[in-house]
Amino acid sequence: MSATGIGAAVRRKEDHRFITGKGHYTDDVNRPGQAAIYFIRSPHAHAKIKKIDTKAAAGMPGVPAVFTGAQFAEDKLGNLICGWAVFSKDGSPMKMAPHAAIAAGKANYVGDAVAVVIADTLAQAKDAAEKVVVDYEVLPAVVDPAKAAAPGAPLIHEAAPNNTIYNWHIGDADTTNAALKNAKHVTKLEFINNRLVPNAMEPRAAIAEYDAGSGNLTLWNASQNPHVARLVIAAFVGMAPENKLRVIAPDVGGGFGSKIFIYPEEVVCLWAARKIGRPVKWTAERSESFITDAHGRDHVTKAQMAFDGEGKITALKVHTTANIGAYMSTFSSAIPTFFYAPLLSGQYQIPHIYCEVDAVYTNTVPVDAYRGAGRPEATFVVERLIEVGARELGVEPPALRRRNFVKSFPYQTSVAFLYDTGDFDASLQKALELHDYKGFGKRKRESERLGKLRGIGFSTYIEACGAAPSAIAGQLGAGVGLWESAEVRVNPTGSVEILTGSHAHGQGHETTFAQLVADRLGISVDQVNIVHGDTDKVQFGMGTYGSRSGAVGMSAIVKALDKVEAKAKKIAAHLLEAAEADIVFKDGKFTVAGTDKSAAWGEVALGAYVAHKFPTSEIEPGLKEGAFYDPTNFTFPAGCHICEVEIDPDTGATTIVGWTAVDDFGTVINPMIVEGQVHGGIAQGVGQALLEHTVYDDKGQLVTGSYMDYAMPRADNLPSFKVDMTVTKCPSNPLGIKGCGEAGAIAAPAAVMNAITNALGTEVIDMPATPQAVWAVLQRSGKAARAA
Amino acid sequence: MYSFTFHRPETLRQAASLLSKNADAKILAGGHMLLPTMKLRLANPPQLIDLSRIEGLAGIQQSGRSLAIGAMTRHADVHASPVVQQAIPVLAKLAGMIGDPAVRHMGTIGGSIANNDPSADYPAACLGLGATIITNKRRIAADDFFTGMFSTALEPAEIITKVSFPVPKKAAYQKFRNQASRYALVGVFVAKRGSDIRVAVTGAGSNGVFRVKAFEEALKKRFAPKSLEGLTVPATGLNGDIHGSAEYRAHLIAVLARRAVAEAVGK
Ligand SMILES: Cc1cc2nc3c(=O)[nH]c(=O)nc-3n(C[C@H](O)[C@H](O)[C@H](O)COP(=O)(O)OP(=O)(O)OC[C@H]3O[C@@H](n4cnc5c(N)ncnc54)[C@H](O)[C@@H]3O)c2cc1C
Repeated sequence: MSATGIGAAVRRKEDHRFITGKGHYTDDVNRPGQAAIYFIRSPHAHAKIKKIDTKAAAGMPGVPAVFTGAQFAEDKLGNLICGWAVFSKDGSPMKMAPHAAIAAGKANYVGDAVAVVIADTLAQAKDAAEKVVVDYEVLPAVVDPAKAAAPGAPLIHEAAPNNTIYNWHIGDADTTNAALKNAKHVTKLEFINNRLVPNAMEPRAAIAEYDAGSGNLTLWNASQNPHVARLVIAAFVGMAPENKLRVIAPDVGGGFGSKIFIYPEEVVCLWAARKIGRPVKWTAERSESFITDAHGRDHVTKAQMAFDGEGKITALKVHTTANIGAYMSTFSSAIPTFFYAPLLSGQYQIPHIYCEVDAVYTNTVPVDAYRGAGRPEATFVVERLIEVGARELGVEPPALRRRNFVKSFPYQTSVAFLYDTGDFDASLQKALELHDYKGFGKRKRESERLGKLRGIGFSTYIEACGAAPSAIAGQLGAGVGLWESAEVRVNPTGSVEILTGSHAHGQGHETTFAQLVADRLGISVDQVNIVHGDTDKVQFGMGTYGSRSGAVGMSAIVKALDKVEAKAKKIAAHLLEAAEADIVFKDGKFTVAGTDKSAAWGEVALGAYVAHKFPTSEIEPGLKEGAFYDPTNFTFPAGCHICEVEIDPDTGATTIVGWTAVDDFGTVINPMIVEGQVHGGIAQGVGQALLEHTVYDDKGQLVTGSYMDYAMPRADNLPSFKVDMTVTKCPSNPLGIKGCGEAGAIAAPAAVMNAITNALGTEVIDMPATPQAVWAVLQRSGKAARAA
Repeated sequence: MYSFTFHRPETLRQAASLLSKNADAKILAGGHMLLPTMKLRLANPPQLIDLSRIEGLAGIQQSGRSLAIGAMTRHADVHASPVVQQAIPVLAKLAGMIGDPAVRHMGTIGGSIANNDPSADYPAACLGLGATIITNKRRIAADDFFTGMFSTALEPAEIITKVSFPVPKKAAYQKFRNQASRYALVGVFVAKRGSDIRVAVTGAGSNGVFRVKAFEEALKKRFAPKSLEGLTVPATGLNGDIHGSAEYRAHLIAVLARRAVAEAVGK
């Protein structure tokens, strides 16, 4: 291993730029003559828009235009779409209702845009917005997914009777029911997987410019996948043909899924820029982010796990109602189905699984992928059930898991996935030792002596990354293929530009991708530049989400590097006057096997461009290759997280006192970055389990619409993590990478809740387990140390 | 934010005169309450009168058995002051529990108590220590100063200049944070100075900071956690919200009061 190659903890090349304030984000883009746009949003969760009076606003200083949804509709552009078709049990297609970028007729959630004001400055736009009079007729709203399909619930979209988008299922109901009937023991749980607000540090932003001369539109957008944004805005919204639309996603400050989707704001900025002939700019304010960034999770679930006399799982049956919000966001249909239910086998051999998912509209912010996207929800179901099962059966939780682990690979689950490789026992074993599980009893007694309750919880998770083999994605309803592209451009001096369809918004691609290339070509990481996020530079790409950039994005780079090396060898053969078959490339040097003749990488690169020494009729000059890589399978990162908590029974406050994570991510390119991803993921999972509480009132107002009420995890909510790894290489991609970006967020919630319920001695508590919620449980169970 | 006129007077007299001439003017201290409200367009003062250039409004002085803290003294300075740490260590500690470093380097004691947020920390210290609030016009006992949620005894053109704290024999503050805002979900300040025993509660009262007379009476018999054993406060009249029901807050008051007394007596 070289000091900067694969496996080296190279410091992030991009960090100097970021921590010295030199990053260049969408809001840093300013165009001559630009105007500010302000979105007037419905203050009601459900209301008829009877009339909008814009006259006074239009006459305010600095205001070139005020537009309503009715005006937007006049231009007959297409709707925003959900690009993943899901079918109900009865074969009927999902009921996708129209989603106009500016609502006309009816507003369906607090935050739904009903009009926009454009002005020279944002302050002027806000002043004018106060003069816009919207006459609403407030309608009853429904926010609770469990009530959305009930008779009498207010209907949100004509297209979706009973507010139901689909009733989907997977698995075999009959065999699962039979196994449940014959079971020796059945563990049953009901829970809510709480709705989360994504809270990327950089708020969403867009600036659109129209060049009347060329007819080209340019959009700078805080996006995780600029090419997909261009495709949707061109092909579905019909804003402009793809070749007339350029989308640039410059530095992006965090996404966690929320910046995958194509939102109304970028569409409206493009439309308005062309309409008024000036660049139009929007940056969300934090309170706007809370009510417009697609939220995550929001499931209501009932689940049962059946066991035989030996503690083997014989069946799993799950029913989930998934809240989709007021409109179907870009990938919303797939998250509670294909990214959820196929993970329900966990690390276990479960012969029969049946899962039903009902997706419903409610008068809330749309819900879509958020770090983990479906897999945290699935892991929560499986890992809570097996832990509770162990308690009920009187078996040690690790032992019950071990009894049920998948031990030989490949393993075909009963819910579609083919697990390629793994060693679940190895990560469990390592975690138990690292955590000093044996010492838990002693630590618990010590806590008890101090009047505290201590608990321990496990989460042996598996997830699926590297989405996805395109043909499979297509069979499952995806509107796109999920391959990735790369182009390797070698400069005459041997330095390299990598153009990738992946997009970095915190992951550190500028470093890890450079490590891969440096390792392969024997050059320094500083000689490698990563170019991404611009549809004019990178031909096409699917972007970054679902921990796919390593497994899919880097595989595409490897493929392109293979082609570069093959051509470079041909050129080296001519330079060294040897047969191509005798050329060996290693450590940045081409040598003729069995001789001391050699040419350095830089010499061959230069040779390719001066093109003096090879027949250009056979070999083209230059050194540049591209590749598209389509995965052959998903990848399956897995591991074991152990959480230990201490609860103060007087206040209900939970302190996480220990955390051990042993993950199997396959090949690790940069262990420091991977460890950082694990830390961040756990923090987000702990946020979900202990802190993040998205509360809507009955009228559909978001009660937790700011940091005064919505608790994000902070450093002092977290312990010092023990992070380690086991490695089984992924067999389906050239580097053996599985992916690490979401694992922490997937594993953590179940580990925390297993620990808390272990400490409390009751299973009835939902996330987030706030001090008040824990205290209430203790009051009910009479365990409060001292009734005050 | 709406536009406004910004004044930066150099004397207290100028500030007071600006205030009395402009009925809707607002004093700007650390701005950590006022500016966010203005940015959200929830407040619209046509004039801001910035106190930061007025000499003598910031600073800490001990004279005999009392400690005077200037209205414009930042939380971070109170926290780091050796004088405060020596005289009333709990006050230094309390200042260090407010918000985050950015808040503590801008927020002021005058701004905090003038604002009288029902979850703020300083009002509990003022009431718990029996402080005197000194303005450009008069001296007001803490017991009379905090008149309700976000309201005080201050008159329209009145400016807090300093707060005078008598040095207690024993005192402690227990803050149970709201997980989101990190303000006090409940905070209990206890202090003993001779026969004067005070228990002040912030975060819980629907009328802002208040004293718990029953606890004070019990502690007068013996200033020890045991004296509070079994004592409760009724949930009626307490705040209830998504972070804590009135019952939960009532429970926390009792727990934190016992803990504060234990801390004060060094147990
Ligand atoms: C993120 C955040 C976290 C916070 N956390 C906490 C916390 O944990 N605990 C806590 O107690 N507080 C907290 N605060 C509030 C913080 O302490 C504020 O700074 C303080 O409450 C207001 O002080 P200021 O100097 O910023 O006042 P300003 O915002 O400048 O003024 C507040 C009000 O007081 C008036 N005023 C100011 N000075 C005077 C004066 N001398 N005489 C008369 N009227 C005056 C102003 O006109 C205004 O109405 C937090 C604030 C923020 C932004």
